[in-house]
Amino acid sequence: MTEPFRFCTRLHLSELTGVRASTLSELLEAIRTVSGACIYHHTHRFLQQHQYLSPEPPNDFAYWVENVLGEARLGEKLASIDVIQYPSLRSLREKIIQVIEEYLQKNPSAARRFVDPGAEFHFIKSISFVFPTSYVANDLKELADILKKITIDSIYYHVFESRLRLEKGNNDLSLWIENAIGDKSLADRITRLDPYTFTLEDLRKRLVTLIERSKHT
Amino acid sequence: MGKLDDYIPIVGQAVIDDLRLAAEKLKGKTIQHVNSTAVGGGVAEILNRMVPMLVELGIDTKWDVIHGGMEFFSVTKKFHNALHGKQEDITQHDFDIFMDATRANINNLETRGDIVFIHDPQPIGLISKKTDNKWVWRCHIDVSNPNLAVWRFLRDFIDKYDSVVFSAPSFSQKLPVRQFLIAPSIDPLSDKNKDLPQETINSVLNKYGIDNSKPIITQISRFDRLKDPVGVIDAFLMVKKHVDCQLILAGGTAVDDPESVEVFAEVKEKAKQDSDIHILLMAQNDIEVNALQRASTVIIQKSLKEGFGLTVSEALWKGKPVVASAVGGIPLQIAHKYSGLLVHSVEGAAFALKQLLNAPDYARKLGENGREHIRNNFLLTRHLRDYLLLFLSLYHPENVVFF
Repeated sequence: MTEPFRFCTRLHLSELTGVRASTLSELLEAIRTVSGACIYHHTHRFLQQHQYLSPEPPNDFAYWVENVLGEARLGEKLASIDVIQYPSLRSLREKIIQVIEEYLQKNPSAARRFVDPGAEFHFIKSISFVFPTSYVANDLKELADILKKITIDSIYYHVFESRLRLEKGNNDLSLWIENAIGDKSLADRITRLDPYTFTLEDLRKRLVTLIERSKHT
Repeated sequence: MGKLDDYIPIVGQAVIDDLRLAAEKLKGKTIQHVNSTAVGGGVAEILNRMVPMLVELGIDTKWDVIHGGMEFFSVTKKFHNALHGKQEDITQHDFDIFMDATRANINNLETRGDIVFIHDPQPIGLISKKTDNKWVWRCHIDVSNPNLAVWRFLRDFIDKYDSVVFSAPSFSQKLPVRQFLIAPSIDPLSDKNKDLPQETINSVLNKYGIDNSKPIITQISRFDRLKDPVGVIDAFLMVKKHVDCQLILAGGTAVDDPESVEVFAEVKEKAKQDSDIHILLMAQNDIEVNALQRASTVIIQKSLKEGFGLTVSEALWKGKPVVASAVGGIPLQIAHKYSGLLVHSVEGAAFALKQLLNAPDYARKLGENGREHIRNNFLLTRHLRDYLLLFLSLYHPENVVFF
């Protein structure tokens, strides 16, 4: 008997920290010390708040550094960090720190730049609430059918949050398709997708197409 | 009043399903909201909508209002201005008046419920009635640069709450309690925001003697210095030199705002300079506000400080181009040059108004973008969802909560 895939959904609330930065040095120091929930918030917020637009500014750090602080080259470097390569928030945080440190070494004058009062970077934590839904898939056909109608919050949870925040090493769909269905080829195709370059609706369509094309469906 | 299912055509089935999913986990809890006025102002408006919806979701919810005389509300108005960073002479006598009224409310107002939800500074002192239940303080004010004497006075109360809620990230301070970001919202089905037939709009214009053959610039706000109605007239007079248009300043007064009568008189005097300036002192009449917004060519919100600025959301929801100050929660609602124009001065406001009056296609595009942004982020259903999650967070301190 195959273990069924139980769909969950995830709603989120923003928790304020009172931590703010008005210079690059302050930003760097805070990135080193804030909780992983802050790193997660500022690298994933746009995915849900502006879900219908693509391409999206991929993270808040890049946006603030480029558009508020006025360091366009560093902003571009931060924006191009390939989030899908990092298996944990810890490793993603280390990469962001490394990019800012290297930039400051090469451009020491950037450390003296500051923003006006009111334009500071405010650190926010993402608090997730994960609810089981009534949707359960026993095979790939049922999985595709449910993916067509489930909320984008559910897709978001199983694709983004599970892999990076819960450190499962892969998205939930690929894990189930490989372990419960035994279709490693399909699981690998889904793993290779870079979900950060899709809108959530486009990601839904792509997942459904890949699953429906599988010989096991 | 809208039932939850009535919102499905506007926000989609999934959003309503999520509300029911979260509410299910709060079954059996009782919630008590407390604020200082049942009518007038954004807080009362939101509670009037929110409380019935929480009840429909199966959560036992009550709403109580504290009492206070003119003296108390004069002091809380001073507090309000001082928290917004305005220079105010706050004396020990003011703090004594505040504490006297607080003690009276502690004695007379019954607090009950698993979660007591206190709105704004006026009822903040009720926290001394806290037992083993959960207490939340919701600050609707821009406290990014507060008067420190007032802020320190309030901190003695704030630190006793379980959680605090602010409307914008810049309002947060380092506090020993959890603090959450929850923006307020508008109700798309309320009298103030629902679609209106053209006849209704025309009849409201007729009632106030406004001829809509000229472009209309409107600011809807209480007559309050922080809304800068005098600055709006100054900006309008600059625009009027180049574009033949008219200005409507419309608003009412609230029982907890004694200063508004004085401001109204000043504005009325200044408006004598031009017969195209219409000053409308309105009793609470949401249909008329709705009609005036819909009849407008451009909406302005030139506040000096703003807790959030719900009139901006109302205008954007009606697809109107908006010129607004970049203060408080307004930048959350308007991305500059994408869903409206943000300004910092009278001159800037005048320039932005001229741009929009002279470029109707651009103005229309800003309005369309603004409407979608409000649909996704600032409608009552999102606000309700955030409150449900806030209530759940009181029992779950972790960053990822599994049910």
